[in-house]
Amino acid sequence: MTRLAAFGGVYSNAPALRAVLDDVAGHGADLLWCLGDVGGFGPDPDRAIEILRASECPTLRGNYDDAVGNEREDCACGYTDPRDERFAQISYDYTVARTSRDHKTWLAWLPEQRRLEIAGRRVLLCHGSPRRTNEFLWESTSSDGFLEWLCERHEADVLVCTHTGLHWQRRLPSGRHVVNVGAIGRPANDGRTEVWYAALELDRDVRVEFRPVAYDFEALARDMEAERLPGEFVETIRTGWWTTCLENLPAKERRRGRW
Amino acid sequence: MNPAPSSQSILPLADARAAIDAGGRFPAQPLLHLDALWIQIAGTLCNLECTHCFVSSGPGNRRHDLMTRADVADRVAEALPHGVREFYFTGGEPFLHPELLEILADTLESGPCTVLTNGTLFTAGRLAALRALTDRARYTLEIRVSLDGDREETHDAIRGPGSFARTLDGLRACAAYGLLPIVTVTRLDDAPGFADRLVERLREAGLARPRLKVIPLFRLGRETRRTHSYADAETLEDLPAEAFDPSRLQCSGCRAVTNRGVYVCPLLVDEPGGRMSDRLADALGPFTLRHGACFTCHVTGMTCANG
Repeated sequence: MTRLAAFGGVYSNAPALRAVLDDVAGHGADLLWCLGDVGGFGPDPDRAIEILRASECPTLRGNYDDAVGNEREDCACGYTDPRDERFAQISYDYTVARTSRDHKTWLAWLPEQRRLEIAGRRVLLCHGSPRRTNEFLWESTSSDGFLEWLCERHEADVLVCTHTGLHWQRRLPSGRHVVNVGAIGRPANDGRTEVWYAALELDRDVRVEFRPVAYDFEALARDMEAERLPGEFVETIRTGWWTTCLENLPAKERRRGRW
Repeated sequence: MNPAPSSQSILPLADARAAIDAGGRFPAQPLLHLDALWIQIAGTLCNLECTHCFVSSGPGNRRHDLMTRADVADRVAEALPHGVREFYFTGGEPFLHPELLEILADTLESGPCTVLTNGTLFTAGRLAALRALTDRARYTLEIRVSLDGDREETHDAIRGPGSFARTLDGLRACAAYGLLPIVTVTRLDDAPGFADRLVERLREAGLARPRLKVIPLFRLGRETRRTHSYADAETLEDLPAEAFDPSRLQCSGCRAVTNRGVYVCPLLVDEPGGRMSDRLADALGPFTLRHGACFTCHVTGMTCANG
């Protein structure tokens, strides 16, 4: 049996990243991957990157990493709602301005995808979807047929992704698996302050467990306030409810949240 | 259970670029994948007669007729082997269709659904039924309500007197049932601050966190009489190959069906060359981007889809 742990969406949340790395170490894992989006949203982006680099956890390049690493104009989240767009830009400008040159180079050169062969299964790790880094694979908008096609086209028996910030998994009619690991940088819009990552066990079967991780969110909230990041972001950390970047949420997922 | 996906007849990107050179003066747009199937369930039948309607729908208009529940089931079944991701229901006005709710229930078994409506025909019974449907379904059900700008005068000039107020009533009712409608706004001018004003107007109307989708005007259908049709310069003729990104156009990921056949996209169902075939399987090849509307899509990168 091989144990694969995967997380994504760090969003500059250094205390959550530390807590997740400790949790993985406590449970044990044969392989550990970060699926990208290391910066954004939280304070002092270099701190999380330093922890991640020191941990030697292999990391993929998310759309945010690509944007920050290459100093693009925006984070490529594609918001049109003026409120979401403003918040996304505040967060992005802050992150680009405070990420060191060396870390930007590291981000820009991260791989976009990685293929693993585990227990006779082709495991494909990506950020958004195998065909587009910034594609959202929401649980309620991804039909079985579409996911089967993605897996077929990209030669995967197990597809592991992030980008949406909400964790979910599905065993497809063909027996393939799709796992969205969620995010560890902000709560899962469920009114809880914990963050989530995924632990997979692969042998003759594939078992997926999502693990909630508690961390010192109050310390993070204070750091965000000290950095004068928007109060709306801090509210999300303290309450577990998303307050911004809600535009892309499908109705089904959005109804579960407060806003 | 869905049948296994097919890899049939989707042009790889490199082939698509080559097709520009081989195919003459207009780009040949490949279908990269069937992400969205547009189902013009109400045909061209509508309770309104908007002066900018790109398919010239209106009361009593049966040029494209209502699709039956069986027609829709057939089209959905045709699309499933191609790994279709989601379904859009449009018209005309879908809420004029007597079997809309049954059709949505059927289709939600296979994938996420979105209904595009003018928001004037909601009833408490229908909204309650929609809410029950979406609570039961594994996939999301999105309701998109059309509004033309933030001003009553502008909207009513296009959709008829009193329609702005009726649409706002519809949006409020839809929101009250927790259906989280997406407000689809046709951008009629380039005035700055447009989205901000619109969000503010919707907040005043009682929608706390409105979801917004802004689309450009298309010089098609009745709009050509309200303003004008495409100018000769608005064309993709002789577009340099390096300026053509097939993935930027929504027809790289969609097809549309009416009771009269399969079309390249929901915009061109009434336009010369827009119809591709009778069956979806025969409409998966490249499409030549000859139309002025293709120019609008190329320039704006717009998609009729939600995302």
